[in-house]
Amino acid sequence: MTTSTRDRVPGTSPTRPRLPGPLALGLVRTRVELLGFVRERDAMIFIFAYPLIMMAIFASVFGGEDQVFDIGAGPVEINFAQYFLPGMVATGVMLSSFQTMAISIAVERDDGTLKRLRATPLPALSYFLGKVGQVLLVSVVQTAALIALASLAFDVPLPDGDRWWTFAWVFALGTASGAVCGVAFSTVPRSGRSASAVVTPVVLVLQFISGVFFPYPSLPDWMQQVAQLFPLKWLAQGMRSVFLPDEFAAVETTGEWQHLLVATVLALWLILGLVIGVRTFRWRRRDDG
Amino acid sequence: MVGMQTERAPVRGTVERVRPRDTAVSVRGLRKTYRSRGAGGTARVAAVDGLDLHVERGEIFAVLGPNGAGKTTTVEILEGFRDRDAGEVSVLGEDPARAGRAWRARIGVVQQDSRDLGELTVAEMVGATARYYPVPGEPAEVIEAVGLTEHARKRTRALSGGQRRRLDVALGIVGRPDLLFLDEPTTGFDPQARRSFWDLVTGLRDDGATILLTTHYLEEAAYLADRVVVIDHGTVVASGAPDSLGGPDARTPLVSWLDGGARRSLRTDRPTEAVARLAREIGGPGGEIPGLTITRPTLEDVYLDLIGGGRTAAEEGAGTGAETSAGSSDESSEARR
Repeated sequence: MTTSTRDRVPGTSPTRPRLPGPLALGLVRTRVELLGFVRERDAMIFIFAYPLIMMAIFASVFGGEDQVFDIGAGPVEINFAQYFLPGMVATGVMLSSFQTMAISIAVERDDGTLKRLRATPLPALSYFLGKVGQVLLVSVVQTAALIALASLAFDVPLPDGDRWWTFAWVFALGTASGAVCGVAFSTVPRSGRSASAVVTPVVLVLQFISGVFFPYPSLPDWMQQVAQLFPLKWLAQGMRSVFLPDEFAAVETTGEWQHLLVATVLALWLILGLVIGVRTFRWRRRDDG
Repeated sequence: MVGMQTERAPVRGTVERVRPRDTAVSVRGLRKTYRSRGAGGTARVAAVDGLDLHVERGEIFAVLGPNGAGKTTTVEILEGFRDRDAGEVSVLGEDPARAGRAWRARIGVVQQDSRDLGELTVAEMVGATARYYPVPGEPAEVIEAVGLTEHARKRTRALSGGQRRRLDVALGIVGRPDLLFLDEPTTGFDPQARRSFWDLVTGLRDDGATILLTTHYLEEAAYLADRVVVIDHGTVVASGAPDSLGGPDARTPLVSWLDGGARRSLRTDRPTEAVARLAREIGGPGGEIPGLTITRPTLEDVYLDLIGGGRTAAEEGAGTGAETSAGSSDESSEARR
C-alpha cells in the first residue's frame, strides 16, 4: 500500500480524489442485493416461486374446463387460470416488494449489515437504490414468468394493446408502494429472527381478504371494508382490469374498474410508506443505543 | 478508583505538547449517559464520564479496560455511530457526529460483533466494498494480506469464526483508511492467526495509518501498541507506553520463596542481591532457596492492579506495588503467573 492519501494535512486537500457517485454505487448495490437474493433458497422459494407454484397448482386443479361465472350481465365463460392470474400477479408484486423489503431490512438491521455499511462512505441513497433495483428486477422477471406460465401452459389469452399501459402503471405503483411500505414495516419486527414470522402473516391475511384467492365480491361485507383500506385489494383490482374481460367489471363492488381510485389509494400508500419509512428508518438495532 | 484524578493530568499534558497537524484523535471531557431501568425507576448512568484521549498520527493506540468500562461506547462515538452528551471530539480534524462521506472514506471500522455475513463470497464482499471508496486497495491484495486467498471463492456464510474476523479486517482496510478502528479484532483467533494479524497491523502502521485498538488481550496491547490507555468506569485511569504504564513502582520485580511451608515475597529493584542474601540466610545445602521465583510484572499484572481486579478483598493491600517490605504474602501474584 502506498501512503499518498495519508500524508496530507487535514483541511488542505488539493488532490483529494472524488467519491464515487451515488447512482454508480446504486448499481454496485443492486448487484450485491441480487446475488444475495438469488442465492438464498428461502427467498427464491417463498417469494419468487410462490405465486408461480400457486398458479400451477390452482390452474391444474380447477383449470380442466372453462368456468361459468354468473355476473350481472349474465353468465360468462372463462378459463379458471385466466381468472386466477391477476390475483397471483398482485401477490407476486406484494411479495417481491413489501415482503422482501420488510424482511431483508429487518434482518440487515439486526445482524449489523446496516451498521457496517454506515461506517463506509456508501450513501444511504445508494443503499436504497440497490434495494429498489433488486425489487424491480425480481418482480419484473417474476411477473413475466407468471404471465408466460399462464399463457403457455394454461392457454390464458394475453391482454391487448392499451391494457398493457394499465398494466404498466398498476405494476409500477404497486411495486413502489409495496417497497416503501416494506421499508416502513421493517422496524416492526423486534429481531431478525422474528422478521419473517411477523411479516409473512400480514401478507397472507391480506391475500385472503383482498380477493386474491376468492372472488372479492363473495367475501363478507366487513372483510371487504377492511381490505379496502389496504393496497393489495386495489392492486388486485387493477390487475383484474388488465387480464379479465370488461364484462367482469360488473362483478366489482361498484360495477366499474375504478382506475382513478386504484391509482389514488396506491399513491396514498406510497406517500404514507415514504413518510413513515423516512422517519423511522434506523441503521442500528433498538437495543444498540 | 484511588488515583483516578491524579492520573488524568499527564494525558492533558500530552494534548498540549503536540502540534494539531499530528493529531489523529483528540477527545476532551467526553461524557455519555444511558437511561438505566432499575427497581427504583429509571436513572441515568454514565458509560463515559469525563474521558480524555489523544492519539497521534501513525501510532498504534490501545484502549484497555474491563467489560463495561466504556471502551466500545467511546470508540463508537469516535466512529460517528453514537451521539455524545458532552465533550470535545475531533477525529481526523472533524467532529464525527457531523462528518460526511469524505470523512468516512478516510476511516476504517472493524466492529466488535459482526454476524452479518451471507451468500456472497469473500471476493465479492471485498470487491463491492472497495467500490464505495475513492482510492481503494486492490481487493485481491487485501484478501491476500488477511490470509484469505484460498477462501476467496467461499461464501462468507461458510467461513470459520477466525476467517470471518479476518474478512471483517479486510473490509475495514480495503478503503485504505488513514485511521483504522479495531474493536477487539482477534477474539477467537488461534495463536498463529493472532501473530500474523499482529504483523498485518504493524504493517499498516508502518505504511502510515493510525490504528485505534481495543482489546482484552494484554499481550496483544504490549506487542502492538505504541501507547495505551486504561479506562475504568468511563474515565482514563492510566496512560503511557506499554512498558511504562503504571509508573516505575508497578514494574518492580517480585521475589517469592517458601519459608517453612508459607509463601513469602519481596518487591525489590535488586532481585539478585535479595536472592543472594536469602541464599545465605535461609538457603539449604548449596544455598538452594525452596520454591524460589522472580517475577517481573507484565502489562497484565500492572493492568489488573490499575483496575483493582485480579485479587479478592482479603488480598487487597497485600503485595501492591507500593509495598516493598519483606514477608507479605502474595498468593494472587503467584496464582496469576
